[in-house]
Amino acid sequence: MSGRSELRTRLGRVRGLGSAKEGVAHWWAQRLTAVALVPLTFWLTASLAGLWGAGHAEVVAWLRGPVAPVAMIALLIAGFHHLQLGMQVVIEDYVHSEAAKWTLIVAVKLGAALAALIAVVAVLRIAFGA
Amino acid sequence: MAQDDRPLSPHLQVYRPQFTSVLSILHRITGVGLGLGALLLVWWLAAAAAGPEAFAVVRGIAGSWLGCLVLLGFSWALFYHLCNGIRHLFWDVGMGFELTTARTSGYGVVAASLALTALAWLAGLLGSGGAA
Repeated sequence: MSGRSELRTRLGRVRGLGSAKEGVAHWWAQRLTAVALVPLTFWLTASLAGLWGAGHAEVVAWLRGPVAPVAMIALLIAGFHHLQLGMQVVIEDYVHSEAAKWTLIVAVKLGAALAALIAVVAVLRIAFGA
Repeated sequence: MAQDDRPLSPHLQVYRPQFTSVLSILHRITGVGLGLGALLLVWWLAAAAAGPEAFAVVRGIAGSWLGCLVLLGFSWALFYHLCNGIRHLFWDVGMGFELTTARTSGYGVVAASLALTALAWLAGLLGSGGAA
């Protein structure tokens, strides 16, 4: 923007920056997981209300039913994907230091993947357990 | 660096809060809260997989008054984020942008989130009355 001459055109300097990157895929994935989470959240809350105060045996029996393991794993995958997409936007909006911003984004994405894996493995262990 | 001086979105401090803007920031706050709350679900599932002893610990904490308070807040945040998320999906397809519609749907979201929270807890507490 200064008076000195620039060999690169303005278009050349902004290409690949800002909204020309992966914004649409991020937006679309957030909406797709949101749509999936609408029925799954109603299922989860209705199930947990039914399980209030339930003991270990009752919860294990529930997670060995025909619906619960599939719905729970779908909820965990869609939920944690939705969660890390949303947290990324919040971090990008409020954390202005580049180092802190990227450290937090990487931590949230890896943490969400780890938490989802722990929960999915737990569901599978119960569903297929002896 | 010029980059550090730029005005950045959403710049909450300079706006007078309105009903719709409060609902908007509540969507973010409940979203972040649910991110932390999701870890409770992971803990519950991992404890159930670990065995009856680990599960009894989580069950005891969830049944305490503090645990119930956290779960009450978590369930309202979940229903609020769910209802307001559906409101957002209507906006995404271009519906409901008129000011009166946005305000009405906002009241609807608040009412629905409170009603669903009350319904879930009534169903849970009444349903488990015999078993607990």
